[in-house]
Amino acid sequence: MHNIIIWYGELTSVRSLLKRGLLFLSPGIAWLLVFLVLPGLVLVAVSFASRGSYGELIWSFSFENYSRLAGFGMFGWTADYLTIVWRSIVVAFFTSLISVLLSYPLCFFIAARPERTRFLWLTMLIIPFWTNMVIRSYSWFLILAPELPFAQVAARLGIIPEGSPLYPSVLAVYLGMVSLYLPFVALPLYSSIEKLDWSLVEAAQDLYASRSRIFLHAILPQTLPGLSVGIILTFVPAMGMFVVPDLLGGAKYMLIGNLIQQQFSTSRDWPFGAAISMGLMVLTMGSLYFYRKKSRGGTIL
Amino acid sequence: MKRSGVVISCLALMTMAFLYLPLLAVAFFSVNATKYGLVWKGFTLDWYVKLFSNEVILGAAVNTLELAVISTVISTVLGTILAIGIDRFPWSKRSATSLDMILHLPVVIPDIILAAALVVAFGMLRLVSSWFEPGMLNMVIGHVTFQIAFVALVVRSRLDAVGKDIEEAARDLFASNTYLLRHVTLPLILPGIVAGAMLAFTLSLDDFVISFFTAGTDSVTLPIYIYAAVRRVVTPEIHALSTLVLLATVLLVIGTERVSRRFQQR
Amino acid sequence: MANEIEKNLHLKNICKSFGDVRAVDNISLTVPAGSFFTLLGPSGCGKTTLLRIIAGLELQDSGQVILGSEDISSLPATKRHINTVFQSYALFPHLSIFENVAFGLRARKFAENDIKKRVTPRLEMLGIESMCNRLPHQLSGGQKQRVALARALVNEPDVLLLDEPMSALDAKLRAQVQVELRSLQQKLGQTFILVTHDQEEALVVSDTIAVIRNGVIEQAGTPEEVYDHPTSKFVAEFLGAANLIEGEFVENRFHSTLGSFQLSTTPTWRSGTVAFRPEWTRIHESDPGGNSFRAKIREIIYRGTDFDIWFEPGPIRVRSNTYKHFKVGDQVWLDIAPTDLVVLDA
Repeated sequence: MHNIIIWYGELTSVRSLLKRGLLFLSPGIAWLLVFLVLPGLVLVAVSFASRGSYGELIWSFSFENYSRLAGFGMFGWTADYLTIVWRSIVVAFFTSLISVLLSYPLCFFIAARPERTRFLWLTMLIIPFWTNMVIRSYSWFLILAPELPFAQVAARLGIIPEGSPLYPSVLAVYLGMVSLYLPFVALPLYSSIEKLDWSLVEAAQDLYASRSRIFLHAILPQTLPGLSVGIILTFVPAMGMFVVPDLLGGAKYMLIGNLIQQQFSTSRDWPFGAAISMGLMVLTMGSLYFYRKKSRGGTIL
Repeated sequence: MKRSGVVISCLALMTMAFLYLPLLAVAFFSVNATKYGLVWKGFTLDWYVKLFSNEVILGAAVNTLELAVISTVISTVLGTILAIGIDRFPWSKRSATSLDMILHLPVVIPDIILAAALVVAFGMLRLVSSWFEPGMLNMVIGHVTFQIAFVALVVRSRLDAVGKDIEEAARDLFASNTYLLRHVTLPLILPGIVAGAMLAFTLSLDDFVISFFTAGTDSVTLPIYIYAAVRRVVTPEIHALSTLVLLATVLLVIGTERVSRRFQQR
Repeated sequence: MANEIEKNLHLKNICKSFGDVRAVDNISLTVPAGSFFTLLGPSGCGKTTLLRIIAGLELQDSGQVILGSEDISSLPATKRHINTVFQSYALFPHLSIFENVAFGLRARKFAENDIKKRVTPRLEMLGIESMCNRLPHQLSGGQKQRVALARALVNEPDVLLLDEPMSALDAKLRAQVQVELRSLQQKLGQTFILVTHDQEEALVVSDTIAVIRNGVIEQAGTPEEVYDHPTSKFVAEFLGAANLIEGEFVENRFHSTLGSFQLSTTPTWRSGTVAFRPEWTRIHESDPGGNSFRAKIREIIYRGTDFDIWFEPGPIRVRSNTYKHFKVGDQVWLDIAPTDLVVLDA
């Protein structure tokens, strides 16, 4: 319409304003284009290439890596890789679910603390959030060690042989994953619970609603924004996790993350690694799309 | 009213214990006077003393800090300029949406995908220049790439909070473009810039995946060192190192909290 | 301190739309130099938009802003000798009070000692010199408002714009500040343009009031003119309270369901509305003759200094400080002088 506008008190033309805006955008956007978007595209391209006998890239366009991921190999079809993909989804799902179930009481507890100590409790939640995941994963080595009661009880029950640790195991993976991601759910959830309108809960109580109904109708809808952010922050990175399964799950409990990491280290099969990454990307985008549809929540931060 | 029943309190305390028990165990066994096994043999600080004579660990610590500082400086500058560029110009809805998308991309994609993409891209670049051998430069690039987005998002929310009024007042009082930017906009978003920088710094210290994929033999960071060590054998020395990293995290969290609180009062 | 060259502000055919909404609809007006001019209207009537157009913070779709003999329509805010006191005050939170006030001078690269010479007297004049080293968040609402005022006035603008400057103050302080603002303007002799939705504030401070509604000036004039002789139902009811009666004009008489009234003018149209103020109406126990009619008391509301008495038929509201021995249900006579019956424009 009008070429001349007043923008933040400045009388100027849209053209010159956008030119200046471009100047501000260009360094950051250029960086992201060169080191994020471009590598992403290269990754896509490489996923269609194939591996030479020394690990070098051979630029021949094929869907071989994808069909391999789907289980079609030299010796017929196997479910190996698909099992790993499915397992990653299951682990991410249950990690999110358990984290959510544990986060609600924790957040209610913190929200009910008096002002002074509430801040302390919250800091207690933030510290694990920022603690390095390698440390947080391997720390379970100690808790699950054969010298400590947990492993000894398990040995007494005959679940594991005497004198061996409780890891690597599925249990250890879940302990590691849930302890790692719980703060990612709890922190956004807490910010929603802090803003909770308690009069609705009281109204529900006045109407003699049962506890489950109060939670379902008066609490859950109000905490949905924080909850959905927390679930995204957990589910998506959990699918790509490789440190926890690597340290606590062992070779028998691989997830997609381990599979990708393997292609870029020991196997040195970049094209296959790229194809698996694409698979993970599709899963990521799929779950983001799913949540965007389900909850008209805000952005991630 | 707000209250928590006995059941909720018990569950909450158990969850907290679940979060902290492993970490406390690390700290506990870091002062245990035996190299092997997890049986208490008395208190010692020997493992901490040993850390400071281990040149590989000291080198890793230096690498970690160097990486964090350099990447934070670069990403804070780039992220801040980017945030101003996004927030303070009349972009069309479509451009704004695509800017938003590119900004959220590094936040939402699993870090292992970014790591894989960088490995492949640096592999290509190596054909052109030996600069892109695995090492510090690659790590800095990797870290800046995910830090930019976080810095820009934090600074942008601060720009939103500052709003239009004050900048209009500055215009009304004869401020030119550069005067406005230097004396009004930048000082006002400084809390956001500091918060963004601290976030970027913490993210860099905390990162393992990107570093692991892009590091060279002479640019090992503490998380990489710890990872490699615990895959072989877990020693009290590692517990001591982890405890120190943990303490540094605690201080950083409390420091960040303090800074953001002080700024909030204004 | 009056400007040597008298700079009247002229607005000519200003229009501004936001999407489908016409915020300012072809407004023309003249603000005489050195006068206190008030744009009065309900929220969303376009008064703030008009003020922002004068300040150069909003671009008019068409029309001209002329200051003295200069057309400033296409000048940026930074080039207009017009300063604004914002509704939110918009003080710079990171700068001390002194630096807030000095901002406009520093931005124009005034010399350091010159800045000091100009800022200090303003701070003193507004009684805030003792807090010149504090930050805005350490000040009360009233003090912030003074800083905002000093920050604008230190630039000696040709026109000072005030956008609802008192909306953040409590009622008692507001009344005091209104009087101060008025005397400050008279002392400085500068042109002030105030935007407000508070009719009492407008009546207290202004030389001229322009009542704005839906982007159009409904009526402009001195406070007395606008209050005593509203020309429309809207103005009559927006400024103070008014009783409105519909009826027919026959020469200088007005016939309504309440009765027949003598007017002081002779409208040329046949049917219309007549307004009268609750406080201009007298209550009689017996028929005083003339412009009076019979009414029954429906409700009596105590207001401290006076009473609001509601009558039927009507409802007619009368404000009286003589309560006497009236009670609800009493039949009395209401009497209005012909000069107090205002004939609204057709």
